[in-house]
Amino acid sequence: MNYKQLAEKMRNQQKFVPGHRSCSGCGFPQIVRSVLAATDKPVVASCATGCLEVTSTIYPFTSWNIPFIHSAFENSAATISGVESAFQALHKKGKVKEDIKFVAFGGDGGTYDIGFQSLSGALERGHDFLYVCYDNNAYMNTGIQRSSATPYGASTTTAPAGKVHQGKEEFRKDLAKVCVAHNIPYVAQASVSNLMDLTAKAEKAFSIKGPKFLLVLQPCTLGWKYPPAKTIELAKLAVETKFWPLYEVENGKYKLTYKPSKDVPVIDYLKAQGRFKHLLKPENKEIVDKIQARVDSEWAKLLKLCEE
Amino acid sequence: MKVKALTGTGAGAEAMRQINPDVVPAYPITPQTAIMQKFSTFVADGIVDTELIRVESEHSAMSCAVGASAAGARVMTATASAGLALMWEIVGVASGLRLPIIMAVVNRALSAPINIHCDHSDAMGARDLGWIQIYSESAQEVYENMLIATRLAEKKLLPVMVCQDGFITSHGVENVEIFDDDKIKNFVGEHKYPHALLDIKKPVTHGPLQLQDYYFETRSQQIPVMEESINDYLKIGEELSKITGREYKLFDKYNMDDADVVIVTMNSTAGTTKTAINRLRSEGKKVGLLKLRLFRPFPYKEVAEALKNVKQIIVLDRSVSFGANPPLLGEVKNALFDVKYEGLLHSGVFGLGGRNIFIEDIEDLFNKALDGKLEKSFYVGLRE
Repeated sequence: MNYKQLAEKMRNQQKFVPGHRSCSGCGFPQIVRSVLAATDKPVVASCATGCLEVTSTIYPFTSWNIPFIHSAFENSAATISGVESAFQALHKKGKVKEDIKFVAFGGDGGTYDIGFQSLSGALERGHDFLYVCYDNNAYMNTGIQRSSATPYGASTTTAPAGKVHQGKEEFRKDLAKVCVAHNIPYVAQASVSNLMDLTAKAEKAFSIKGPKFLLVLQPCTLGWKYPPAKTIELAKLAVETKFWPLYEVENGKYKLTYKPSKDVPVIDYLKAQGRFKHLLKPENKEIVDKIQARVDSEWAKLLKLCEE
Repeated sequence: MKVKALTGTGAGAEAMRQINPDVVPAYPITPQTAIMQKFSTFVADGIVDTELIRVESEHSAMSCAVGASAAGARVMTATASAGLALMWEIVGVASGLRLPIIMAVVNRALSAPINIHCDHSDAMGARDLGWIQIYSESAQEVYENMLIATRLAEKKLLPVMVCQDGFITSHGVENVEIFDDDKIKNFVGEHKYPHALLDIKKPVTHGPLQLQDYYFETRSQQIPVMEESINDYLKIGEELSKITGREYKLFDKYNMDDADVVIVTMNSTAGTTKTAINRLRSEGKKVGLLKLRLFRPFPYKEVAEALKNVKQIIVLDRSVSFGANPPLLGEVKNALFDVKYEGLLHSGVFGLGGRNIFIEDIEDLFNKALDGKLEKSFYVGLRE
C-alpha cells in the first residue's frame, strides 16, 4: 500500500465519520480512522470515557457508524471482553453468522492507570480483540493531569513546574513492554505521524487471533502546548529523537519498524512544547540530560531486543 | 419434577443450569462462590454451553456483563458484599443502559470491620441504582425467583438482583423442588435484545454523552418502566405458578387477616418469624407476618393497603442507614403516610454481620408488643 492508497482507504472507510468535536489539531481521529480502515470485516468497538468518547458521541449525534459501546472510564477492555464472549456464545449457537472484529479504545489514563487491571485481565484471558491506546501523555479530558504515561519533566496541572518541583519527577510506565510480558501474540508501538506504519500494524493485528495491543502516540495541542498545525510534526519528532520508537513484538519477537537515519537530540522534541519550557532554564539542564540518557539507554535496550 | 437436597447457592446454580445463559462473567467472593463453583462444573461437563468469563474483579464482572448484554446475549452473574460494592459504578451503568442482566446476590455485611456473614447492607447500598430487587426466604424461592428474574429482566430491559441470605440460606441444605428442564426452558424462552451490538447491520451507539440537554429525559424514562414492572412481575409469577403450583405475590401475608401485631421483614428471617407465629398462635395470640418479596420497585400502595388497619407493626431491618431510618422501615413509613396510619410503628435492627436472630427473640418482640411494652426503636441481639 502506498500513501495514495492509504488516503483513499481512509477516505472511503465509513466506520468513524465526520461531525465529532475533537479539538483542532487533535490526533486521535486519524488514529481511529486508520485502525478501522485496516480491516474489511465488520467491527464492534468499545471506548473508555475520555476525549475520544466525549467528542464523538454527543447525543443525539454519533461519529460511530459501527456498533459502539461506552460503559465507563476504566473498563473498555472488560466491556469488549463481554462483547467478544457474547459473540463466541452466539456464533457457536448459529445466532450470529458474520466474522466480526472487536476493538477497544482508551486514552492513556483509561489504559495505563485506572483501566490497567481491566486491560491486563482481558489480555490474560485471551479474548480475540485489539486494544488501541491513544496516548496523549496525561488526563487531557479532565484538564491535563499527570498520568503514569506522562513523561519525566513534563508540567501538568497536578504536577506543575514550580519553584521547588520541575513537573513530573518519575519516568513513564513502559506500557508496551508490560503488555509484551502478558505473552500475547502481538504488541506494537506506533505514532500518528506515520499512518502507513500504524495501518500496517493494525492490519497485522486484525489478522491474528487472540489479544493484541497497539500503543499510539497522539500529541495534544492543549496539553503539550503547541500550535494545532504542528501535531504531526511533533509526533514525528518524538520518533526521530527516539523518544517514541516504532516497533512491534510478534509472538515475543521484537522488530523495529522504523529506524531514524540520524541522531536528533531529545531537546529538539522538548523545546517544541510548552509543557517542557521550564526545562530550557539553565538550572534545569540536568533534567534534560537525564531525559537524554534515558532515551539513549532505552534505545540501546530496544536495539538489542530487536537484534539490530 | 425432582426434589433435590440443595443449598441456596446450589438452587441458584440449578436455575442457571436450566436457563443456560449465553455468558456468565463472575468473580469468586464468599459466600457467593458456591454458585459459581457449581455452575463451573456444569460448564466443565458440557451440561450448559455458556461462555464463562473468569474475570479479574467484580468491577470487570459487571463490565463484561454490560458488554455481553449489550451485544445481545443472555447474561447472568453473582456477587456478594464487597463484590457488589466494587461493581457499584457499573451496576448503575447496567440499568442506565437498560441491560437485562440477572444477578444473584448472596447478602453479606460490608466492611469495615470485615465480616463474611449475612446482613443486607450490600444490596441495600445498591437499592437506588435502578435494578429490580427480589428477596428470597428459602432455597426454593431462590430457584424460582431466578426464573422470574430472567423473564422480568428481558421483558422490561431492566437488570434484576435476586437476593438470599449469606450462609443462612446460601449454605443451608433444604429440599428443593426442581421442575422439568423442558418446562423451565419453555418458561424462560429465548432472549431477543432489540439493540444488539452484534447486529452489525443496525449500528447503535450505546452509552453516549448526554449533558443538561438530554440526560434528564433519558433518566426519567427509567422511572415508569421500573414502576410498571410490578405488574409484569405479577403476570410472570402467575405463569410460573402454572408449573410450580405456588404463588408469587409482591409480598406474602402469613396469618395477617386478624393480626394485632405484624412483623415486616425479608429473606430468611421471614421463616424464623413464621415459626414464632405458629407457636404464639397456638397460645391464641393474634400475630402475623408481611414478608416482602419485591423491594424494588417498592409496592407502596399494596403494602399500605395490607398494613393500614394493623394495630402494631414491627419492621425488622437487617441493615442500617447511618443517620436515617433503616431502609425497610423508611419504605414502610413512606407507604403508611398515604393512608394516614394511626397505629404503632416499631423499628428493630437485627443480625448485622450475621448475628443470629432466634425464634425466641421474635416471640419476645411479639409478646412485648402485645403487652404494650415494645419500644419504638430497638436492636435485637445486641450486647449491652
